[in-house]
Amino acid sequence: MVNETKSPPHRWRLELIGVSKRYSGVTANENINLRVAPGEIHGLVGENGAGKSTLMKIIYGIVRPDAGQILWNDKETTISSAAVAQKLGIGMVLQHFALFDTLTAAENIALGLSGRPSLDWVVDQVKVVGQRYALPIDPMQHVYTMSVGERQRIEILRALLQSPQLLILDEPTSVLTPKAIERLFDTLRVLASEGCSIIYISHKLGEVQALCDRVTVLRRGRVVHNCKAAEESRESLAVMMIGDDPPVLQEKEPPQSTKKLVEVEGVSIRFDDPFATPLENISFTVREGEILGIAGVAGNGQQELFSVLSGEIEKPDSGTLRMVGRNVAGMNPFKRRRLGVNTLPDDRMGRGAVGMMPLHWNLLLTNNDRSHVRYGFIRFGQVMESTEKCISQFNVIAPGVDAKAENLSGGNLQKFLIGREILQEPKVLVVSQPTWGVDVGAAAAIHQILLDLSSRGCAIILISEELDELFQLSDRMAVMADGNLSAPVVRADFDLDSIGLAMAGKTADIPSQEATYASAI
Amino acid sequence: MLLRFEARSKPSAAVFWLSPIIAVALSGCVAMIIFALSGLPPISSLVTFVSEPISSLYGLGELFIKAAPLILIAVGLAVGFRANVWNIGAEGQIIMGVVCAGGFALSYGGSESAWVLPGMILLGAIGGCLWASIPALLRIHFRANEILTSLMLNYVAGFWLIYLVHGSWRDPAGFNFPQSEPLGQSALFPTLIEGTRANASILFAPLAVVLVWLLMNRSFLGFQLRARGVSQRAALYAGFPANRAILVGLLCGGAAAGISGVAEIAGPLGQIYPTVTPGYGYAAIIVAFLGRLHPVGIFFAGLLMALLYLSGDTAQMSLGLPPSIAGVIQATLLFFLLSAEVLVNYRLRRGDRVAVETEAV
Repeated sequence: MVNETKSPPHRWRLELIGVSKRYSGVTANENINLRVAPGEIHGLVGENGAGKSTLMKIIYGIVRPDAGQILWNDKETTISSAAVAQKLGIGMVLQHFALFDTLTAAENIALGLSGRPSLDWVVDQVKVVGQRYALPIDPMQHVYTMSVGERQRIEILRALLQSPQLLILDEPTSVLTPKAIERLFDTLRVLASEGCSIIYISHKLGEVQALCDRVTVLRRGRVVHNCKAAEESRESLAVMMIGDDPPVLQEKEPPQSTKKLVEVEGVSIRFDDPFATPLENISFTVREGEILGIAGVAGNGQQELFSVLSGEIEKPDSGTLRMVGRNVAGMNPFKRRRLGVNTLPDDRMGRGAVGMMPLHWNLLLTNNDRSHVRYGFIRFGQVMESTEKCISQFNVIAPGVDAKAENLSGGNLQKFLIGREILQEPKVLVVSQPTWGVDVGAAAAIHQILLDLSSRGCAIILISEELDELFQLSDRMAVMADGNLSAPVVRADFDLDSIGLAMAGKTADIPSQEATYASAI
Repeated sequence: MLLRFEARSKPSAAVFWLSPIIAVALSGCVAMIIFALSGLPPISSLVTFVSEPISSLYGLGELFIKAAPLILIAVGLAVGFRANVWNIGAEGQIIMGVVCAGGFALSYGGSESAWVLPGMILLGAIGGCLWASIPALLRIHFRANEILTSLMLNYVAGFWLIYLVHGSWRDPAGFNFPQSEPLGQSALFPTLIEGTRANASILFAPLAVVLVWLLMNRSFLGFQLRARGVSQRAALYAGFPANRAILVGLLCGGAAAGISGVAEIAGPLGQIYPTVTPGYGYAAIIVAFLGRLHPVGIFFAGLLMALLYLSGDTAQMSLGLPPSIAGVIQATLLFFLLSAEVLVNYRLRRGDRVAVETEAV
């Protein structure tokens, strides 16, 4: 596989030979070999904890490998710091933006460049480079007025102004609309055609397959596959990633009951915080045994809707909120839980769970009914018993009931937390991003848990950004865009194109629903 | 060759509990340096400094009298601190306890009733609670920072006491000194240990230690407070009312401070002075953190701080140093404690050039 590209000046832009890194007994990277040719778009995929981020930190000079060689343009190099990496010509675009909201785009870019360039030069370059790579932004615009797509463009431009020979992108599409993803891909292809190598880290296998020339698959810190993307499918990549066939879920019977457990009517709320998304006239119902999927790109009001449903925001400005036949506006989450309304937010650590507290304390956080607390005192025996039950029933891998939540892997903690809510036999469950940062095996288990729960009559509201998940689980689906919720569509009418359009904010294109739903019943 | 801090992957539990001991040891070193600079033999002076105050039964009694209010207030404050409620106003709450209980004692202290003392304790607690409820309500209704409001109210409370003691409460037989009449016998705590000034009020300290331990470690309310302390977002998600945590956190400190004020006037002082508290309300904050906000830790920290108070007199009498040396050592102790805190989350590493460059990026 030598010289697949048209006689470049160097054989390999970057070559890693036998790179290893261990953290106090845990192997993050073991004997990694990786070659990236000039102008190649190289995908790097793997489950959470497979070692992707450690490897990127090694390449970007943030982490030093314990063993192995790094060759840059065929010469052995030590990348001892991020500054050295930048000097070599390595650029990095992080998943979480590092931008100052109150500064302009140009000011943010200037801050990230070495050698104190003048602001005029930066403004000029932003226009020139932005034009060339189809990354239009107004250099004088303040960041807080920009969309996430525009913010990402700033990050990419910042990297490009340093004329990189290798650009690393970590999960760049997690906050982008399908349209914006297409534009990003166009930009990356132009870059690659000019000889810039790209390492593209993602867990969205469809994107990797569409964009990349070659793909390296990591599993448990090792390279398990290195292949041509064009010769693989999403399914085959998934199989390489998890080392097994992803479990298949059975078809879901449509819910029979007509009893409405959640009735939301005309809910609107505004916030003092300029960065929160106001909710506009949200209406929907969920029936007994039904799963309502709520799709949408992050930051379009899902967080705010979750908080209104959970009771963290006790009362919306206007509209009615009925659950299990009761008006719940003004009730906090504790009171709503007494009615059988349980919730689980997407940020597990620090909200759904307290990392430094042991599991049994975390169980008590929401599972604090009369069997666990009596006369104001905690019944430790019962709490321990329930924690053990939660661990065993939901196959949580944990050292014990007193293991700290932060010591569990993402998937195991999520299984524990979902178990914690399900052991309370909720009548309504609101769950956000239940499989975010969870490996494929645990995700399948969590999906099955949710399906089982709904078959026992629980009304589930599933807020997710993963369309696969929503398509698999939902009986009906609605899309959030800019604080508005499109009217839900029944399963038979799920259509990727119209949902994609709705996610981009074009709700008008979604077919009318209540009529469709009525006809479907 | 430089030293630099490197973040630990998780906080070190060992250092968490060791840091008070490290701080005490380093403070001892500083004390020895001060002694040496003053021309005194450092080691034997340090031994004198810490051992002489408690070398007699009477001295032990004094230790308990000083330690009891510190421990009582510190465990009360710790309830709030564990819930991220920062009551800096114990000093004012002591004074308001004194004002409420003192007014009652001056009116009824002459009676032989056995209810005078319980009445004073109750009123002292109420006075402290009322004063603490002001920052609580300001916080709940106006989101006013309770650190500032509770601190500022200390001065307000101090002036109220001065007004009363200079005015209507002044002892007509007191040669115009700003002090009240001596309290009646039924308004005083009985002596607990013969031959000392230690009275029954010191028992409030161990009682508070046990009650607060039960509250924080066994009750659901305590769990809610602790959950809020480590993660306000988790407490919000769980539906634990934030306002209740603020109220409970401030009132526990207020009640403890108020009772300790009663213990002062109905104990060693026996009458009401404007200087009724020698800064117990502030020292108790140090005690609470020195004891790691844990009731048992606070118990020992309170004894240590009390010893330092007494050592001030020893420094003057036996070592010929100014008594403010005790204040210097107390502050040094807090300084080292807060410095050692850094080591809970960071470790010291010898840095090479690479590390320095990385930090410069």
